[in-house]
Amino acid sequence: MTNCCNIIITGVGGQGTVLAGRIISLAAEAAGYDVKVSEVHGMSQRGGSVITQVRFGDSVAAPIIAFGKADIVLAFEKLEALRILPYLTKDGKIIVNNRALLPMPVITGVMKYPDDIEQQILSVYDDAEIFDALALAEEAGNAKSLNIVLLGRLSKLLDWPQNYWTDAIAKAVKPRFIELNLKAFALGRE
Amino acid sequence: MVKKLMTGNEAVARGFWEASGRVVSAYPGTPSTEITENAARYDELYAEWAPNEKVALEVAIGSSMGGARSLAAMKHVGLNVAADPLFTVAYTGVNGGLLIVSADDPGMHSSQNEQDNRNYARAAKIPALEPADSAEAKNFTKLGLALSEQYDTPVMLRLTTRISHSQSFVELEDREEIENKEYKKDITKYVMTPAGARPRHLQIEARMVALAEFAATSDINRAEYRSKEIGVVCSGAVYQYVREALPGASIYKLGMVYPLSYQSISKFSQQVNKLYVIEELDPFIENILKSWGIECVGKDIFSLCGEIFPETIASELADCPLPEITKTPSIPPRPPVMCAGCPHRAVFYMFNKLKLTVTGDIGCYTLAAAPPLSAIDSTVCMGASIGMAHGLEKALGRDSSHHTVAVLGESTFMHSGITSLINTVYNQSAVTTVILDNSITAMTGHQHNPASGRDAKGEIAPMLDLAALVKACGVKMVNVVDPFDLAKSEKVLKDSLAFDGPSVIIYRQPCVLLGKTAVNNACIVDPKECIGCKRCLKCGCPALGISEGRAIIDDKQCTGCGLCAGLCPKEAITAAESEGK
Ligand SMILES: Cc1ncc(C[n+]2csc(CCOP(=O)(O)OP(=O)(O)O)c2C)c(N)n1
Repeated sequence: MTNCCNIIITGVGGQGTVLAGRIISLAAEAAGYDVKVSEVHGMSQRGGSVITQVRFGDSVAAPIIAFGKADIVLAFEKLEALRILPYLTKDGKIIVNNRALLPMPVITGVMKYPDDIEQQILSVYDDAEIFDALALAEEAGNAKSLNIVLLGRLSKLLDWPQNYWTDAIAKAVKPRFIELNLKAFALGRE
Repeated sequence: MVKKLMTGNEAVARGFWEASGRVVSAYPGTPSTEITENAARYDELYAEWAPNEKVALEVAIGSSMGGARSLAAMKHVGLNVAADPLFTVAYTGVNGGLLIVSADDPGMHSSQNEQDNRNYARAAKIPALEPADSAEAKNFTKLGLALSEQYDTPVMLRLTTRISHSQSFVELEDREEIENKEYKKDITKYVMTPAGARPRHLQIEARMVALAEFAATSDINRAEYRSKEIGVVCSGAVYQYVREALPGASIYKLGMVYPLSYQSISKFSQQVNKLYVIEELDPFIENILKSWGIECVGKDIFSLCGEIFPETIASELADCPLPEITKTPSIPPRPPVMCAGCPHRAVFYMFNKLKLTVTGDIGCYTLAAAPPLSAIDSTVCMGASIGMAHGLEKALGRDSSHHTVAVLGESTFMHSGITSLINTVYNQSAVTTVILDNSITAMTGHQHNPASGRDAKGEIAPMLDLAALVKACGVKMVNVVDPFDLAKSEKVLKDSLAFDGPSVIIYRQPCVLLGKTAVNNACIVDPKECIGCKRCLKCGCPALGISEGRAIIDDKQCTGCGLCAGLCPKEAITAAESEGK
């Protein structure tokens, strides 16, 4: 239980965090681990902050990750990356799509979207990977494959054979989107 | 043996299938919805969406009486709606096994309250099982059906969000083929008149005693001895958190959370120096232990509200230091919003503009209560909007109905709005009821309903004619309007408000996420024309924003519905050409 790897996937409802969680869990299964995943369904999927939590190891008890215990964070949006930092261990790794989606209090002008998010993250996690994952998803052929681009980047941190990932993707997405998503994965991994 | 990662909800459906289940009836509700969605994928199972939870439970009671193993699934508040049949099916008992799944939502991830439905098991005098992961969710489903038949009782399977929506490994087994029980007419068992119910009540009290004996001997309740310093009684997801946070503690893990066995728990309590009960929400187990004189600590330390987390348990009871946490400055929250292109938005924009009093209801449209629309005055429970508008008129006088609307979705209307509409006709108020018909039950993730034209398995089904239905209730002014037609929508709304009698407007346009609306190109802002007045922002669309004093539109999110274009005083926003709308 103490030797679990804890991954948090965060983003905005509708960005595909649940699917990303499922793919990681399938790959972790292929790697022979015990796995637990906590998903979010329901109200917050309508454009709210969402987190999916994946834990794998020899034996996993709780499906959720405590503050300060996530080893890796995959953030689909910048502000959500900042919001999740209290979950990340001091020596954790964070991968961030550097695009902004404005939350309603910002759209209505009540609050300001911070303009120094990247610096804030880098000041605590200087090896944070912050990049334009959306551009790569579009290059793959569809902005919706953003989640898979980020998984491609994540895959470099876990020393699993690449086919664990590609098999998991093939299992988890609709047949007609497999090719597109494999391309997105490869672009993310490059 | 094949093992598979499954959510708790998938595992319940699997367990029901393996245990030769036959009939599932349910009304959607987070976190219970996927039980029925998964059940519908098994050919051997009949699975349906009922219009509400009371109907769902009654269907399951009927099929159980007919001898089939049956399941009714609902979210915690759904059991309030189904409470009437619940309390009496506890008396009649069953024929085929009957499982009632209550998916509770501690922390209110997606709910209007966080009631603790273990209280229902006690109040209705039925046993309740609570699994701690997906494997147990499957096993307890099967056990629950067997217990139901053995003890002639409906059984509650109590889940929580963290069990329903967490994945863990489940070992797959084959479907057992169990014959349906024979249906036999038995008036003394199934007709609950006072004379019939009095002897049944004696039987259910005896049944609870027998079930407490089962609790003492069954291995679903078990003592795990480690250090004798601390002993913890717990169940469900909290059991996993306790193992995580207090690896050295002894645990009494309950699989059956009602009834409890005095002997087993008191024996455990004598083995440990200090006994804690860790449970989310009410001190349900704690109070029972205390009523037996077993000394324990629970809600003195742990909150009555919200979820319990591993770190909460560790910080209260463990002696290990907590990890250092990265602090972040205060940043804008990201509350859920109506989607870009949602057909509900235009209606609430009008309500806001006309400064109407709006009694609201429960669905995606509840999100219109948030700024900038702020266009809902009340939300209590499904179906409450119409009754409350009627009550407002009785309190404030008839004039109030000329600037008040009751608003609800079509699924909610059929669930429990229709009786209140009949009341407005019968008791003669002038309530204007607005039904937002997006042809799907959207909030819970797009389930079919009697007005969507499809059933739970996706097959074509008869489609309820909502307009004919409300007319048949006696409503004299009934209109069906496309909410994207702003001018007509507003005119009909004003006419209906002015009408001196009950009126109904059905705003009809499919949910944008169904992809049935003609998808247009994104709207475009002409920065030379835009004067930065921000009027477009008042519709609360997540695709809009302001950059350097001018409106901008995110073409990834915009569906080209054109609502913002209609609000622009300078015609600076062009709605893209629609493809056959
Ligand atoms: C008694 C009860 N059952 C179920 C739910 C879960 N629930 C919330 S909103 C909703 C459906 C709303 O559908 P509809 O009224 O058609 O509105 P839409 O979301 O499609 O806009 C359901 C089933 C609930 N809150 N209360």
